[in-house]
Order: sequence, then C-alpha cells, then structure tokens
Amino acid sequence: MALMSLSRGRDRQSAGKIFTASMADIVFLLIVFYVLTWKVEVDRTRMNLPDTWIRVNLPEHEKPAVISIAPRSEGYLIRVSTGEEMSLPVSTDEEVVTFASTEVAKNPQKSFVIKADQEVPYERFDAVLDALKQSKAKYIYLLSEQRTQEQ
Amino acid sequence: MKLKKKTIESEIFTGSMADVSFLLIIYFMITSAFSATRGLDFALPEDTSTPQEIKQEDSIDVYVLPGPVDAPPVLEVDRNQMPINGLVPYIAERLKQNPEKPIILRTDPAASYGNMIAVFDELRRAEEDIGTKMNISIPTQREIENIWTLLGIG
Repeated sequence: MALMSLSRGRDRQSAGKIFTASMADIVFLLIVFYVLTWKVEVDRTRMNLPDTWIRVNLPEHEKPAVISIAPRSEGYLIRVSTGEEMSLPVSTDEEVVTFASTEVAKNPQKSFVIKADQEVPYERFDAVLDALKQSKAKYIYLLSEQRTQEQ
Repeated sequence: MKLKKKTIESEIFTGSMADVSFLLIIYFMITSAFSATRGLDFALPEDTSTPQEIKQEDSIDVYVLPGPVDAPPVLEVDRNQMPINGLVPYIAERLKQNPEKPIILRTDPAASYGNMIAVFDELRRAEEDIGTKMNISIPTQREIENIWTLLGIG
C-alpha cells in the first residue's frame, strides 16, 4: 500500500517542458522560404570565379545557356547546359559550336553564360568564346563574384 | 451515484508533422543552391557582311600578359607596359580626343582567365568614371590571326 501511494505521487509530478507551440510556425516559415528561393542549379561544377566590381544581373525572364570550364583539378573540362537541363561534358570545341548553334537557331536572342575558374588558361576561354562567336551568339555573360577589396 | 460518461475527443494525429516538416527543411537546405547569378555582360556586335575596318592608330590596344592570378595583372597598353591603376587615366585621356575610339582587349593565351577579367572589370569601371559607354572589343585568337593574314603579318 505504501509502495502504491509512492508511485502515484511520482506520476503527479509535473515534468519540465520546453514550449514548442511556435515550432510549427518557424518550421513552416523555413519551408516557405526554401520553396520560394529554391532554384535548380544546372551546373554544379565547383570553382573559384573571378572577382569583379561591376556586376549585372543575368536575365531572369529566360533561362540562359551555361558553358562551364572546370578548374585544373578536373582537367579544364567543358560542360554545357541549355539552362533547363543538367550540364553535360563535351570533349571538343566543335561540340560547343554545335551546341551553341542549335540554341541560337532555336532562339536568336539566347543568352550564354560562361562560368570559368579564374585559374583557367585564357586559351581555354578563348576557344569557348570563339565557338560562341562562330555560332552568332549575341549576348554573353561572364559569371563573377563580387569583389570587396583591392588586389 | 452518477457515473460520468467519458467522451473521446476526435483529433488529427500530428505527432509525425515535425518529422515531415524537418525532412522537407533538410531536403530544401541540401538541394537549394545560392548560385552566383551576376557577372559581366559582353554584347557582341551585330553580324554584318561589311565589317568595319579599324586602323591600329585609331584604337587603344590593351594586351594582358601572363602573371599570377592573385597579383595585379601585368599589361601593355599601346605597347607600353603599364600598371593596372594607370589604365583608367590613360584611357580617359585618349578618349578625350575621340570618345568613340575602340578599345581592343587582347590576352596572351598563357595568361589566366582571372587576369583578363580583372582588366575587363577595370575598363568597365572606367566607363562609370569617364561617364561614356566605351566600345570594348575582345577578339579571339582566330580573329587576330585572320586580321594578321589580311594585313600580311606573321
């Protein structure tokens, strides 16, 4: 009987609680934030982009095609993406010309973004730029990071 | 003695809501990318059947030499070596004579892309300082070779 009353007493003890009523609000706020800001990154090549003071926004109304030149660790591999699909590697400069020509044929106003590591030899960038010029591309953007201090 | 009737309240089980919510948050956190969506714009000239001929003395020739990426770029302007901070005053002076003078930005194939971008950015900054839209051209190696062939050089 004594043991019984003791266990009853333990049950009555109120345990310390963390107030969790607002957790749902915070969680849904975070979900809404990520749903709104979520963007599919068509090219996931990790690289050190060059820094610039002047930066302009890329056009948002249309998805620009992306041509990336990987850093030395990836053998300066070139990948191309239409802006809607994940990027695919190409092995020759002629394939870049074919890709860009196809995109320009579909949409003559198509924008192209060149995403290259800052350590890439200019020769590689020159080949990509030449391919775009041969394809009659009109709008080219060179992706960069914001510079915050003088060199 | 009156017996109390126990009523069972209907409720929606929300115990797993937190799990589902956190799963969604983790999914979006991992897959969302704060990718860089800004950069330098570079509009190519309209394709015309009769290209405009540019005499060498009518243009400003900027040549980027090979150098380390993390150091200021080494460049030659009109065949004279010049520090990067001397570029804007020199161009401003030259453009006073003719504001439509084209600037030809050439880069050594062995130089890094970052060095070229640093000079291109400096030229774009000069546009803001001078207050006029500059005519910057970035010819490719093939185009330069074609011009040299036409001029009978090399």
